[in-house]
Amino acid sequence: MLAARRGRSGWDWTDWASHFYLLLGVALMFGPVLWLFVSSVKTQAALDTFPPTFLPWEQKQATLPGHAGALPVFQIMAGDRAGQSLVQIRRIGLEAQLASPDDPAKIARVPISQLRPELRLHASWSNYTDLLRKFDFGLYFLNSVFITVVATVLTLLVNSMAAFALSKYRFKGREPVFLVMLATLTIPPTIVLVPNYLIASALGLTNSLWGVIFPAVATPTGVFMLRQYMLTLPDEILEAARMDNASEWRIYWRIVLPLSAPALAVLAIFSVMWRWNDFLWPMVVLSRSDVFTLPIALFSFQGDLQTQWQYLLAMTACTLLPVTLIFVFLQRYVTQGVASVGVK
Amino acid sequence: MGAGFHRPAALGTLIARALGLLYGAVMGLPERPMRAAQARMRGGRLGWLFVAPNLLVFGVFTFLPIVIDFWYALTGGAQLLPQDRPYVGAENFRSLLACANYLDPTSCERDLFWYGVWNTLKFVAIQVTLMIVFSLLTALVLNRRIVGRGFYRAAFFYPVLLSPVVVALIWKWILQRNGILNATIQGAGGNGVNWLVDADWAFFWSIFVSIWAHMGFYTLILLAGLQAIPADIYEAAEMDAASPWRRFRRLTLPLLTPSLVVVFILGMIRAVQIFDEVYVLTGGGPGTATVYLVQFIYQTGFAAGVRQYGLAAAGSLLLAAALLLFTLLQLRGLKRGAP
Repeated sequence: MLAARRGRSGWDWTDWASHFYLLLGVALMFGPVLWLFVSSVKTQAALDTFPPTFLPWEQKQATLPGHAGALPVFQIMAGDRAGQSLVQIRRIGLEAQLASPDDPAKIARVPISQLRPELRLHASWSNYTDLLRKFDFGLYFLNSVFITVVATVLTLLVNSMAAFALSKYRFKGREPVFLVMLATLTIPPTIVLVPNYLIASALGLTNSLWGVIFPAVATPTGVFMLRQYMLTLPDEILEAARMDNASEWRIYWRIVLPLSAPALAVLAIFSVMWRWNDFLWPMVVLSRSDVFTLPIALFSFQGDLQTQWQYLLAMTACTLLPVTLIFVFLQRYVTQGVASVGVK
Repeated sequence: MGAGFHRPAALGTLIARALGLLYGAVMGLPERPMRAAQARMRGGRLGWLFVAPNLLVFGVFTFLPIVIDFWYALTGGAQLLPQDRPYVGAENFRSLLACANYLDPTSCERDLFWYGVWNTLKFVAIQVTLMIVFSLLTALVLNRRIVGRGFYRAAFFYPVLLSPVVVALIWKWILQRNGILNATIQGAGGNGVNWLVDADWAFFWSIFVSIWAHMGFYTLILLAGLQAIPADIYEAAEMDAASPWRRFRRLTLPLLTPSLVVVFILGMIRAVQIFDEVYVLTGGGPGTATVYLVQFIYQTGFAAGVRQYGLAAAGSLLLAAALLLFTLLQLRGLKRGAP
């Protein structure tokens, strides 16, 4: 029932059950994110509506000569004006005063039970543009991009150098070094939170983007992954290069690194994910808002903006967009990378 | 050169070429000093030179901190600098462990710590079990010959890529009082629930959301394990007319054990450290219903009015000891279980 079925054809009930399970899973995995995106282009009024509609419907608005601002448009459902759509000027008790933009002087009085708001589909992209105007969203975004890019480049460089030495050189202490690095896999960063904060502040790295970048540059995962890959490169190539009088450094960056490109790509994707999503350590090191990364800014705003979900949702959508793009274009590499290395 | 003007290269090629030049320029810089070092050092020492940057970062941000952790745990006060902190011996540990009744956190000197301990234990037991069950089920289904398998596999993995803050806010938006979940329930004639204000439901959702966010990762590991099982084993079993359930129990499960062990250990190490998404989702509340150990460490060390680094460090050392013990026990059980 559960094991792989091979070599038979035709659909039996287990195929139906599998597809049902998988479709349910897809709905559960993508649905919440889709709901977030759809919600993020709704106006505040549409977000406050209960029960919510799936698409961003909102009440049509119009201006009337002689009246300030935009006024709501209603459709009249019953009575002698049924079918007309008019602009509401004011409401008095259970009666509304409405008028047509063509003839604003002629005021109709209609009981509100006969009114239905006239809706239109409207994506409120201003939620997104407001992020740039009202918050330092661009700054947080750049901070996150800077940390992600610089940290990933440094991680690839530092880890590949170590992996090169650990896979291609024989030297005293090679095994202990490798074992010690592996052992740090079991030390969760949360355990060294307090002392790392001391070290960061002693080095003047608090409230600095470098304070987020440096501590996690030497990932044991990366060293391990790259070392395993470099072990598969034949030593003869290196020997041939040495015959040609190439320096060891040149062998490293001209031969070994390009040949390790597939493993480096997987590590790069991981590193981008780790850094873009990092939360606890940046929250400890960064306390000034001008150095906030996107997740930290999101977290600090979610307390203040509970009444302004439209901005919170738009900001969340922007934060998940880059990883979503990576996922769409590189998902094959990501999933294969995880499967082959078993790390995240 | 001239040909390039007549037929402009595609943008991608141009970018690739520019990056190649940049790579050459930057990586060529250490060429001379490294060559000089190479001339002076004999074979083996050069290895150390390549490992040095990695070891330096490791040393400063992993090994040194472990040593300092002990110093913090043995000193008191709210000072950050180690030399300003008075030595208090085991006082921090005593304070954390002082309890009239360990089952009742209110009787403890540090009640938040014990709420954290019990919540974490409960969380680990339930979350790891459920996550393995669902990951295994999903991996088994994905291992069948199914149209669109790649798409399904990717779909289950997608939430793994999301930031914990994003995960928490997505679910907060769904679970809020006037959220879509309550709208659906009320539309179906039920009564809405204030999900994150009710202690039991908040605990449930902290488990649900963490499984939602992480199960894709474990599914992939198990799927890779399943695909490594040779097909002819199953064909032989099918010829013997073994029932599907029997095939699963006698073939799949034993052959999958190595992957299951990896999933179990990784899943548990991560579950013990649960913090990010739950902290954003519930803030540990309502009350102390979803306070976990790492939140205790973060709050005592960094979010409280008086930062008690000593208590936080002592708490993290206890956490580290528990993790070590767990892992050793598992490995021992594994050795005994192995044929």
